[in-house]
Amino acid sequence: MTRSRLLPLAGFALTAVALFAVAPAVLSDFRLSLLARYLCFAIVAVGIALAWGRGGMLTLGQGLFFGLGGYAMAMHLKLADAGPDGLPDFMLLYGTGGELPWWWEPFRSPVFALAAVLVLPMTLAALIGFLVFRRRVRGAYFAILSQALAAAFALLLIGQQATTGGTNGLTNFQGFFGFALADPLNKRMVYFVIAAALLAVLLITRQLFHSRYGELLVAVRDSEERVRFLGYDPALVKLAAYTVSAGMAGLAGALFVPAVGIISPALIGIVPSIQFVIGAAIGGRASLAGAALGAIAVAWAQTTLSEEFPAAWTYFQAGLFIAVIAFLPGGLASLRHHLTRRRTRATRPRPPTGTPAAEGAPA
Amino acid sequence: MTVLIGQSFTGISIGAVLLLIALGLSLTFGQMGVINMAHGEFIMSGAYTTYVLQQHLTDAGTSLLLALPAAFAVAGTLGIVLERTLIRRLYTRPLDTLLVTWGVSLLLQQLARDIFGAPNVQTSTPGWLTGRITLFGGEHPVTLSHARLFILTLAVAAVVALTLTLRLTPLGRRIRAVVQHRELAEASGIATARVDRTTFFIGSGLAGVAGVALTLVGPIGPTMGTNIIIDAFLVVVVGGIGRLRGAVVAAFALGVLQALVEYSTTVSLAKVTVLIAIVAFLQWRPQGISTVRTRSLA
Repeated sequence: MTRSRLLPLAGFALTAVALFAVAPAVLSDFRLSLLARYLCFAIVAVGIALAWGRGGMLTLGQGLFFGLGGYAMAMHLKLADAGPDGLPDFMLLYGTGGELPWWWEPFRSPVFALAAVLVLPMTLAALIGFLVFRRRVRGAYFAILSQALAAAFALLLIGQQATTGGTNGLTNFQGFFGFALADPLNKRMVYFVIAAALLAVLLITRQLFHSRYGELLVAVRDSEERVRFLGYDPALVKLAAYTVSAGMAGLAGALFVPAVGIISPALIGIVPSIQFVIGAAIGGRASLAGAALGAIAVAWAQTTLSEEFPAAWTYFQAGLFIAVIAFLPGGLASLRHHLTRRRTRATRPRPPTGTPAAEGAPA
Repeated sequence: MTVLIGQSFTGISIGAVLLLIALGLSLTFGQMGVINMAHGEFIMSGAYTTYVLQQHLTDAGTSLLLALPAAFAVAGTLGIVLERTLIRRLYTRPLDTLLVTWGVSLLLQQLARDIFGAPNVQTSTPGWLTGRITLFGGEHPVTLSHARLFILTLAVAAVVALTLTLRLTPLGRRIRAVVQHRELAEASGIATARVDRTTFFIGSGLAGVAGVALTLVGPIGPTMGTNIIIDAFLVVVVGGIGRLRGAVVAAFALGVLQALVEYSTTVSLAKVTVLIAIVAFLQWRPQGISTVRTRSLA
């Protein structure tokens, strides 16, 4: 096995050990639940690494898909808490006339809800992507559109307070598929589910990166027209990456709900949507480990530093973000690459100047 | 019927605000292909300029009129600083420019919070802008407040001034040349870097003027930029790049659509409807309403 194949495998094993053995043993219940929250952001970041890092689609609206997954899960948990024929508590408060809206009804079924967590965001992303990529809307146009969609979704949720909980969102969940969420042991279980999901997402994305499809995706990013002239349909290639990344965001949103206990418009609007991108950008947009670790680190720094020094943290975060994007577009993950390249350039003797073609030319 | 007309007037006044906030953006995006996410914070700087002037001058009328050139200068200067320090380095990476300027907008927001405090502030409206005029009497009277009328006038004045500048002045000729073909313009002896700087100054300055106008219709706060920037971008996306005409049509069309849908449903549903309409529109014309024709594939 070559070094290039061994290294990611070792990294993956190391991550698995850290997530499943070290973290639960070292961290308190509170810290572990915080980590669970960061891991959800990491799942979103992996999707962004796929769509943006490899596919060149700067998606500033992952909050939309995160929210769809989150609300699908939250609606089911609310209905399960209320029992058969019961209404979620907030609906009694705002008064929907004692009726459950029709679009809430299917979420009583756990199977439907779990399927919706992936199917809803992916279907919507496929629809948006189909409409947008087919007409070659891209670059900044796509970024702005995706951001506007996330903003509109948040606004829509706020506006429909009686059926969506409005600004407060959905919160106060008692159980998670029969397990009481108040029990710390079950909280740990949720953490393990999230860690497993992150590992699965990392594996899938790595396979995608190294498949022929992954090569094609990078080709589309770097020169869409050339790929088109070679006979491929760039719209379909981009569509697939965008849809998969939406599915990941949906999954993350769904897992976020039992881990943190709330989903609300404030967690999915413009600002959180860009926060998702910040983590991936600082860590390294095209690198799986970079994006995931970046998301975790930024989320961790956000909770620890912003509580103590809110103003200084904003300056620091914005400054770091600007510096990385402007001067190190590959993110911190590319630092190693920059360093090793510099070293090899310094030590290796310069290649001979005369090229074979020149030497072979008739004198 | 009068209700419809009334909503159309509301739409036009929404459109005037949209046009003011999108005008500068359309200029810079059109020329440099650069999305400046800090545009919203430039608008905020204009609004705070008005606030500061009013604190010192106390008379709302003179301070408002003085704020127009002052805000233009303040926001324009911010724009030049941003162009010199960051955007200039990133011309070949438009998406990264978008992200970098978003970082800048975070910085500026926090700066505003540190200087003026997190809560919103208010400016008082001068007396000559507090009344309303009645367009149609009767059962559903159609009225238009003086403040809205002022914004409409300001928007029209800005468009006229910008059009005249682009059409008649040597600077305008150079700007149009760079928009149409950057390399050829450069080859013809136009200092494109200097033109870029000037365009950025004007575009950002217009954001400052928009900020002055916004003080008449809403509160001034550190996060005011975030809320308006998306609407402004949508105007640019629909309008198409490189031409003012598109931005004008798009601003009023979106404003009227928003107002009409809002009347029959709610504000949030109206926003969603407008967005769906935009995606549908882009199916038909992906390049926006009007655009400079080029032979490039993009």
